[in-house]
Amino acid sequence: MAETKEKSLSDEKPKPRVRPIVRLGIFLISHSFHFSVVCCTAGVLALFLLPVLAKNTYISENALMPGSASPMLSNQHVSDGNRLVKDLTNPNSKSSETGIESHKIIAQYMLDLGAEVSFHKFHPQMNQFHPLHFFSSPDSGKIQENYSCSSYGINTVGIIRAPHGDGKEAIVLVTPYNALKSGFGEALSLGIAYSVFSLLTQVTWLAKDIIWLVADSQYGEYAAVAAWLREYQTPKFSSLSTPNAEMCPDVNNLFELKGHSISGSKFSNSFRRAGTMASALVLKVRDQNEQFEDTISIYAEASNGQMPNLDLINVVNYLAVHRQGLRVNVEKLWSLLNSSWLKSLGEIFESLAKVAKSLYPKWKFGIPATEYVEGTATLASSLYYQALGVPTGPHGAFRDYQVDAITLEISPKFSLDKVWRNDILLRGGRLIEGVIRSVNNLLEKFHQSFFLYLLTSPSKFVSVGVYMIAFALLIAPLPMVAASLYVDANSSSNCSKGDSSTPSAITDTDEHSIAIRSWRWLNSAKLVFIVHLWGAIVSLLPYFISQIPDCSPTTSFMIWVLLSILSLLTLNSVLASPLACAKATQEKEWALVKSVTISSVFIGLGLMSVINFATAEIGALLMVPMCLLAQPLKLDVRAGTLRSFCRMICNLVLGHIAFPPAAFFLLKGMLDGFGNANVGDFWMWVESLWAWNSATYLFIVEVTYIFSHG
Amino acid sequence: MVLLQRPHILLLLIDTHQFLQCWIAFGSANEEGQQQEEFSEELLVKPLPDHKLLAHFHFQSSAPPSTSNGCHHHLFPKAISQLVQKFRVKEMELSFTQGRWNYESWGGFDPISSSNAKPPGVELWAVFDVPQHHIDASWKNLTHTLSGLFCASINFLESTATYSTPEWSFPPASGNVRYGTLPCEAVCTENLTPWLKLLPCRDKAAIALLLDRPSLYRGFYHSQRLHLTSTESSSEGIDSGIILEQTLTVVLQPNSERAIEVHASEKHVQPSWSLSSIFGKQVSGRCVLAKSSSVYLLLDRGLVAELKFPNKENGKSAANGLTSENFWSNPSFELSVNPDRIFLEESSSHSKSLSILYMFQVEKYSESEPFDIGLMWKVPVAWLCQQTPLHASRFFMGSGNERGAIAISLKSTQFTEGFMSANSKDGSCELRVDVFQVVPWYVKVYFHSLRVFVDQQPRAVSDFIEKIHVSPSKDKMSPGVMEVVLKLPCRVNTAALTIEFDKGFLRIDEYPPDANQGFDIPSAIISFPNFHASMVFLEDDSLNRSPLLSKFQEKCPVMSYTEVLLVPLTTPDFSMPYNVITIKCTVFALYFGSLLNVLQRRVAEEERFLKAKAAKKTGRLPLLLSKLSAKLRGSGINQD
Repeated sequence: MAETKEKSLSDEKPKPRVRPIVRLGIFLISHSFHFSVVCCTAGVLALFLLPVLAKNTYISENALMPGSASPMLSNQHVSDGNRLVKDLTNPNSKSSETGIESHKIIAQYMLDLGAEVSFHKFHPQMNQFHPLHFFSSPDSGKIQENYSCSSYGINTVGIIRAPHGDGKEAIVLVTPYNALKSGFGEALSLGIAYSVFSLLTQVTWLAKDIIWLVADSQYGEYAAVAAWLREYQTPKFSSLSTPNAEMCPDVNNLFELKGHSISGSKFSNSFRRAGTMASALVLKVRDQNEQFEDTISIYAEASNGQMPNLDLINVVNYLAVHRQGLRVNVEKLWSLLNSSWLKSLGEIFESLAKVAKSLYPKWKFGIPATEYVEGTATLASSLYYQALGVPTGPHGAFRDYQVDAITLEISPKFSLDKVWRNDILLRGGRLIEGVIRSVNNLLEKFHQSFFLYLLTSPSKFVSVGVYMIAFALLIAPLPMVAASLYVDANSSSNCSKGDSSTPSAITDTDEHSIAIRSWRWLNSAKLVFIVHLWGAIVSLLPYFISQIPDCSPTTSFMIWVLLSILSLLTLNSVLASPLACAKATQEKEWALVKSVTISSVFIGLGLMSVINFATAEIGALLMVPMCLLAQPLKLDVRAGTLRSFCRMICNLVLGHIAFPPAAFFLLKGMLDGFGNANVGDFWMWVESLWAWNSATYLFIVEVTYIFSHG
Repeated sequence: MVLLQRPHILLLLIDTHQFLQCWIAFGSANEEGQQQEEFSEELLVKPLPDHKLLAHFHFQSSAPPSTSNGCHHHLFPKAISQLVQKFRVKEMELSFTQGRWNYESWGGFDPISSSNAKPPGVELWAVFDVPQHHIDASWKNLTHTLSGLFCASINFLESTATYSTPEWSFPPASGNVRYGTLPCEAVCTENLTPWLKLLPCRDKAAIALLLDRPSLYRGFYHSQRLHLTSTESSSEGIDSGIILEQTLTVVLQPNSERAIEVHASEKHVQPSWSLSSIFGKQVSGRCVLAKSSSVYLLLDRGLVAELKFPNKENGKSAANGLTSENFWSNPSFELSVNPDRIFLEESSSHSKSLSILYMFQVEKYSESEPFDIGLMWKVPVAWLCQQTPLHASRFFMGSGNERGAIAISLKSTQFTEGFMSANSKDGSCELRVDVFQVVPWYVKVYFHSLRVFVDQQPRAVSDFIEKIHVSPSKDKMSPGVMEVVLKLPCRVNTAALTIEFDKGFLRIDEYPPDANQGFDIPSAIISFPNFHASMVFLEDDSLNRSPLLSKFQEKCPVMSYTEVLLVPLTTPDFSMPYNVITIKCTVFALYFGSLLNVLQRRVAEEERFLKAKAAKKTGRLPLLLSKLSAKLRGSGINQD
């Protein structure tokens, strides 16, 4: 760039033609302001267009063949299931304090069917925060010595071996069950699972083993399933804690009794396995009733925005809608449903589509406004949960082991009298049977359909190729602006030099100084690095704070704030001289600093979009305007024009909004009202996030750091 | 055409019939000679503890050595004898299996389970009597021949990456063994039909008549096996010819429809069955070519102990008096046909109770009066089959596409605890366990990472492993083989071996069509050389001994197979090559285009051309355009 400039200045020689691609680049860089405005608005607009662009789902894997066989689940099996429900809800069975009785009942029922049964005893293991384990595979947890006899859960596991199968693969059916305070819904979910299980012991078409896991949810559904999976996938052969646990009287009692009452070797207290898990279904029945229709909710988001294969959702959706007449629901952001601006936006899109259709009848892309609003609400929640990185149910534990899993939650319509209960058992059971049969048909693991997608309704999705456009548009201005800033910073100092010296004499020293100047960005890179470092320290602090015993969330949050300020001061003092130097020249060099910042943000966002798209998208929505608008306040104040004043206001507002605690309070305030917001809540939220090893957490660092520039 | 062909078929039929008669005549004429071709058929039925029924068909043909008898065969299948002669096979075993043998409830200690429980799919091993450097060639030819004979893809075993050479842990301990498995081979009637063709009566008469395809393949376990022993070419003195042993083992559920309806109280009663209810057919008459055809009913040790026969103490005397009704009219069950003979097991040190064998001779029955044995249970009986000393299971550990670990876990079964302590001399008894594991090359096992856990404590490998032989895999060349001899204390509760591996990458053309299914790791063989599964029955005449019973008497080590594992490997998106080609072509086009451009361009000439252009008078429109472009360019740069 500089060279061409000099050449053009030095003489009027006819210029050699500049290559068109370079010319285009120069053009874009020189018009970076307009370009960035256009791109950003287009990006946001594309994001809002996604519900319109969503395609209908289709079953991609031919082997699944959902619904091609008529369901075999009969009233006989339903009455079997009913019997179990009755036995479980019987007050006699709940007399035991530990809830072991109901586990025994379930185990007895499984044994009567001829299944192999085992109990899996586990100690609830809290999610430990490992700052450096964000992307590493789940390991077998630490051995904890101080287990007490009182705190353990018991998973009951029943396995049906496929009669003709070779036992290489297995399908898992999970029903969370809390023996201590189980609602009727949980018992009903067990009833459904049992009726399916009793059917599956008799069928001949089974090619994969079936594992029914009754997960003890008294320490949380996720913890129980995760503990079982940990034992399944990464067992510890050397366990020091086992002898301790064996001493607990209750557990031994449980195993002994079973051994006595059941003849045969079907029962054992050792851990039983089947082959590689092909997929998993988590079945729940909600206690409170839905008002209009029997609905079934699908939860699919696993940790870090990972999704199960779309085919699994398709199968469930197809069978539920077309075979069992259930309404299928996907999580929505309910607050968005009633927003009027969204509705009007939908109407605009609808009328646009009408106009387009009148112009050319083959253009059919419009959807009704109500559908658009619903789609947007679903999309928003899909984005939110993927970005948050916290699994929406126990199925999340499976995804950590590359097993496709979803949670199905059935919410029945009426009060659960006898007829209705049978109906729900029958329909729910047939749905589960159909899904299991489809997965059983699979020869290969799920691979045909999408893994990267966003749902806008149970039967509509946006694939990665489409939603990436919105993201690309959003972050496209960043490198342009960075380049233009860099060129600006270089050329402005260049010009000042060029004025003083005669243009014809380009000496060696001058070239040398150019070389030095071209490395000047390293200075600002150092500054950026220091702030990044501070951000990393701030983000690692909670791990150490959480080690302090007996801390209320509020105090620990306070400690966090204090420590982070302290660390900033320390960093400042340790690296005082270079920082001070940088600060002195910052007013001139702010453009260079900004350019380095923007390019690092660009790289960060690009990488994040590969890891977790939703996080990157939301991050880009927040950070891109902030990056583009950021300007030192002093300069704005000095300029004193209306435009700079506006920009300053924007900066301040954006900076505050994007600061994570502020953003959290704003969101919470919007959702719940400002009254009950509390500083401690933020701590809880952060704690929950890092407990899930969320990538969001990394992101907060980034945002924090940007703020420090604002 | 059809009309024309008909007389031929008729003629053929007559021909074969005559030929058959000739055969029989020839066979009888040759009877004076010391050796002749023999064929015998037997069926053994055994109730299993989990309400199922085991049917074990045993067909044995033997041919005298060709030196004494020439190459002509009367009964013995020609295909097999040619195969033996051509490839100089000393011993061979081929098995087709569908389903899994349930070691826990069907037992693993008796001769039937330890020699007939096979891994799913195809398993083939063979011992050759050829020089070392010819073995691989013989193996390749053998696999191709068998593949043609049995309509199976056994020919996939020809590549060196699929078969292995066990050194010493594999039972027929010899250096000339080749061993290969195809775990994902589907087994069906197309494999059974050629197998039946080897029988002289096919499935047209006697016991083989029971082989009704639908009922066979409805079963829970189905394994057809072909075992071949030949001393034909051995240098040793004894020359007994070729013995072909064909067995078919099925586990069936007797009248499963009724089992659904029975109430919970009746669930513990074993279902009653008869041959016709299980197979849908009855045995009518014998195969005229068979030396003997008989049906056995075996009540194993555990069951006999439960049944409490009235005079168990003086069992031997009862066995001698075959008419004694004590053994077949028991208060707990009833047989529909009176057995011709009853055998009692010779008392052994292994267990207190003895198994009982009822024998029925099919010869007596004819088409008008078919043979159909049935068993009616009157009281619920529950018993356990004798299990292997340690129950072995194998599984994967870890997750992800990068690495993992294979774990073989051994758990003691309480059943054998008693006699193990009896075996120990002075408290320092040891249990020897042989582990033979073949791993395909794309699962790159690190043998140094072998770890041993005994009773949930990590132990030093050298403490428990007596002998180990490892041949590491070579990429695309040979699989990894691990043979381990473990010496465990008798009192061991659990033991586990873990070994880590990395998952390899395959080239795109090495993936099978169903690559996303995952790749199979064949079963490991766990054998217990200190224990021998044998059943010795007291017999009067050792001359007329049935092949099945003599097979039972052989001392074969107790063996069990672990599960087949499915390892998911990283698979490429198979539409990727297309994308890669497209991108590559684009890049190449861009590269060569610009390269040619640079090579062709002459800078000085271009400048001269530009100058000439500027000097020349141009029209108004191009001038205007060039001015505009210059302005645009100028403004663009000025803004920097």
